[in-house]
Amino acid sequence: MSSVPALVVDSLRKTYGNGVEALKGISLTVQQGDFFALLGPNGAGKSTLIGILSSLVNSTGGDARIFGVSVNQQRNEAMKLIGLVPQEINFNQFEKPFDICVNEAGFYGIPRKLAAVRAEKYLKELRLWDKAQHQARMLSGGMKRRLMIARAMMNEPKLLILDEPTAGVDIEIRRSMWQFVSGINAAGTTVILTTHYLEEAEQLCRNIAIIDHGTIVENTTMKRLLATLDVEAFILDVVAAPATLPTLPGVMLRRVDDYTLEAEMAREHDLNSLFATLSAHGVTVRSMRNKTNRLEELFVRLVENGRDKAA
Amino acid sequence: MSNTTANLVALHTIVRREIVRIMRIWTQTLIPPAITMTLYFVIFGKLIGSRIGTIQGGFSYMQYIVPGLVMMSIITNSYGNISSSFFGAKFSRAVEEMLVSPMPNWVILLGYVTGAVTRGLVVGALVLMIALFFTSLHIAHPLVTFFSVLLGATIFSLAGFVNAVYAKKFDDIALVPTFVLTPLTYLGGVFYSVNMLGEPWQAISRANPILYMVNAFRFGVLGISDVHIGVAFVVMLAFVAGLSIVALQLLKRGVGLRS
Repeated sequence: MSSVPALVVDSLRKTYGNGVEALKGISLTVQQGDFFALLGPNGAGKSTLIGILSSLVNSTGGDARIFGVSVNQQRNEAMKLIGLVPQEINFNQFEKPFDICVNEAGFYGIPRKLAAVRAEKYLKELRLWDKAQHQARMLSGGMKRRLMIARAMMNEPKLLILDEPTAGVDIEIRRSMWQFVSGINAAGTTVILTTHYLEEAEQLCRNIAIIDHGTIVENTTMKRLLATLDVEAFILDVVAAPATLPTLPGVMLRRVDDYTLEAEMAREHDLNSLFATLSAHGVTVRSMRNKTNRLEELFVRLVENGRDKAA
Repeated sequence: MSNTTANLVALHTIVRREIVRIMRIWTQTLIPPAITMTLYFVIFGKLIGSRIGTIQGGFSYMQYIVPGLVMMSIITNSYGNISSSFFGAKFSRAVEEMLVSPMPNWVILLGYVTGAVTRGLVVGALVLMIALFFTSLHIAHPLVTFFSVLLGATIFSLAGFVNAVYAKKFDDIALVPTFVLTPLTYLGGVFYSVNMLGEPWQAISRANPILYMVNAFRFGVLGISDVHIGVAFVVMLAFVAGLSIVALQLLKRGVGLRS
């Protein structure tokens, strides 16, 4: 495999006509074959970055290179390497899914015969083949999102960019979408994902960048980032929560309601002493779960820290 | 695959999609102009025209207005096709399919213009066939006829494209046909010879590009024209060149398309 990174973003800037500085000179690298998470709150600059990579947004400084090809200098060549699944539905709703896919291939110069073969392959893989000859407007929200993935695969891109592809999609369809994208990634396609479902990013992605207010506030591996989380919070469902809670060194115990307690403790703290203390005070624990997704907790902390520093 | 082959595939894709769209909504794209022009032939050609008699070069008023009405339907339909189709793609964001592809801008422009010209020519042929129910016509100069309709349709396809690029809402693509295209068409010598006008109206009329298209086409069909045919073609070619440059510049800068 060549050592050229799939994506190099170099001091990229974007200031819109109204003066909003969406990207403040960000730099990051995505290696070939990576499954990369690009996270950030709404308005952080994620979509602007994706817009620049896909040439829908003109940058005002810096450059991005896709497999070594400059988006600024060799736009057409760079676009051959990308597949984009945008956040908003952006196909003609009066066309049929099969035609949408075949036409998309045509825009990339792929002959119609080969395009038809690929359209059948990807529509089948994304479980849309039975809808291939229906008008796209008749599809459900989840189907429309899967159609955009099938469309993005028509040029069999080396870099697939997914901008919140599972927004508003039910869990079953979401899982099938991730199964498909994981398969594509395993076959060698580099994937960049933005999502608000952070458990998805945690499960799927190996590397991560968190962007806020147009700057990168974290860029590391998922494992390393999660390892920095030193506190965990648990929700305990109990038979009856006592009015006065027992105290336990290193554990912050809080009464949520008559049947629920919340325990926050250092990661290295064992759970046995917590259960022993609760048991000694006559509290019976029925079940226990993590309060929040670990990545979500980190994400909030990093974004808040960034804002505190900016303030 | 070479870039030339890829560009030809892309061009074919856009043209094919445009023609499929025209045929899919044929009740909106082909039938209304045929009905409108039939009414023009009945009212202006038959009912009023029969009282006017011959107008120029020994042609009946019906024969005189046929080339103008055919050209009028060609330019309004070419313009309407591209402005509604491209703005529709912009409005639905489907245009992004093309903008993120490796297709060069000239392929996008040529694809849409070819689609619009095709609709203009199909409507023109339909209107011409309807005209033959009302009068007889002999094409005096076939090549002039062909190139005048081709250039006329191209000019207004390019103008419609520029309109669609700037348009922010559907009202914006209706403004130009209502306030610019229709008045210029009516004042472009469709129903009368500009030689009938006194000064300064005759001089003012010669600033109207539609006058040159109508007269070039009339020269092709009937062999008569209010303007020199060479001048008409120079004017039309200049408009094609100028509007092509403007449209390509708009695409290059991404006006109304890229942020």
